[in-house]
Amino acid sequence: MRSVTVNGVRVDDTFAEAFGMRATALVITADSARWAKQAAMSMTGFATSVIGCGCEAGIDRVLPASETPDGRPGIRVLLFAVSTGELQKQVQRRVAQCVLTCAGTACYAGFESAEPLKLGDGLRYFGDGWQIVKQIGGKRYWRVPVMDGEFVCEATTGLTKEAVGGGNLLILGASPKKTLAAAEAAVAAIAAVDNAIMPFPGGIVRSGSKVGSKYKAVMASTNDAYCPTLRGITQSALEPGVASVLEIVIDGLTADAVREAMRAGLAAIVALGTEGAMRVSAGNYGGKLGPHHFRLKELLR
Amino acid sequence: MKPLVLTLRGEPEQRLDLSPLLPQRLKGLTPAAVEAIPLQTTRQPITVGDAFRLRPGDVETIRIVGGSERLDRVGEGLDSGAIEVEGDVGQRAGRGLSGGRLTIHGDAGPCAGSGMSGGMIEIRGAAGPFLAGPLPGEMAGMRGGTIIVRGDAGERAADRLRRGTIVIEGRAGAYAGSRMIAGTLILCGPAGALPGYLMKRGTIILGRDCEALAPTFVDSGIHDLVALRLLARSVAALSSRAEATLRRPLQRLAGDTSVLGKGELFCRSR
Repeated sequence: MRSVTVNGVRVDDTFAEAFGMRATALVITADSARWAKQAAMSMTGFATSVIGCGCEAGIDRVLPASETPDGRPGIRVLLFAVSTGELQKQVQRRVAQCVLTCAGTACYAGFESAEPLKLGDGLRYFGDGWQIVKQIGGKRYWRVPVMDGEFVCEATTGLTKEAVGGGNLLILGASPKKTLAAAEAAVAAIAAVDNAIMPFPGGIVRSGSKVGSKYKAVMASTNDAYCPTLRGITQSALEPGVASVLEIVIDGLTADAVREAMRAGLAAIVALGTEGAMRVSAGNYGGKLGPHHFRLKELLR
Repeated sequence: MKPLVLTLRGEPEQRLDLSPLLPQRLKGLTPAAVEAIPLQTTRQPITVGDAFRLRPGDVETIRIVGGSERLDRVGEGLDSGAIEVEGDVGQRAGRGLSGGRLTIHGDAGPCAGSGMSGGMIEIRGAAGPFLAGPLPGEMAGMRGGTIIVRGDAGERAADRLRRGTIVIEGRAGAYAGSRMIAGTLILCGPAGALPGYLMKRGTIILGRDCEALAPTFVDSGIHDLVALRLLARSVAALSSRAEATLRRPLQRLAGDTSVLGKGELFCRSR
């Protein structure tokens, strides 16, 4: 594969192939930043891949009290799913189990849209008839009595059909330590980009997958071409010297958000130079499945 | 663009019905056609031109200079644009308002904002009884929008309020929020007897004391609720007094338990 070398890091002339998704954003607030983060972490915890979790979710950014609807510290989270129905189900379940239950929290729409998703409109029944709907400043909020006071939840949240999931960077390194250092640098850079998340643990995935398996019931299986321990006995994409591969998967509310996140991540990896990655690549399916292609070469400009 | 200005020639000899003077109805009319609009409420005919001196302008904003408590139904049915009255008005000002803004620099008579469903009414003076309430035979009063009264309000303000927000900065008369169905009533000043009388749902904020509180309201404790913070933020631009009233822990009383009892009355610790 053709490539270009920048600061000692080889960047493949390839592209990440991404797909259209449905997404929403929520703002979670609490009496302290700690508890807002706790709720956000719980809610987005088991949401790494739509394959097994129903949705992909993560923290977009930390909001200061001055930027939240109720003037308390907050966190903005993004959720992505393959269909509106699944997204609605996941929002409902995760807010009910992880935000409603978390001490002192409130939950608001992260953005508005013409076609909304239910938020408080679905959770209100927990109030068992004691819930109160309040129209404040043109928005509807549900107040559900709970044991520490009230859980306030906006009635609906926005839905976008312009979201993009599956932006990615494959980081290949000479040792697990160096590869992780490059991946961590990329995660830190991407975290500063708004409207994009990295749904895997710490933003990094070490078990990249391919579609299908030798086992009929398994939809996805290990990406053997990028497993260093299989080099030599499988059709490997790894050259000698590569001892570890980590992937960063990016979902964004728009294609531009994914592009900017990938650009930031790639720049951070290249800036780290030979202290980190040997090579950077990206995952695709030949370009025939996903409508969004993000070429690494273009992102270097 | 300059507004259309109607200057009252003198105290009218009869009550006038000003409901035709709305931006949506005056659009496209010539000044002569506006002056020919009848306003009488008796058999004695009287037109806009008889009662007012007209200065043509953009009808999206109508300014009425010189008030009288005989000017009834000002801004009734307003759905867009703005009406400003530099003086007093009579009954039913802003009734059925669904959009736009009505500003009254003087006092308003009974039933101001009755049955309104959107938009904004600001009364810089005092409001008469049954502010935002229903007329006889109607099931609900105000159904949306915002009313702010800078002065006092008469008895039974927000009667049968169903949705929307009402702020009264001065003194509220007896039975404020009577028979409320939902919505929010913020009383920054003292209130008369029995606020929230027979309210089913909805929220009343008592910034100061009331003359008497019905024993059918039951204590639910002192709380610093997120919902009140949201409310404080939403009224901040409208009334700093209302915002200040909401920016402290308040005692919640649930009621009126003589009816459904799902309403709430917040007040300073009693």
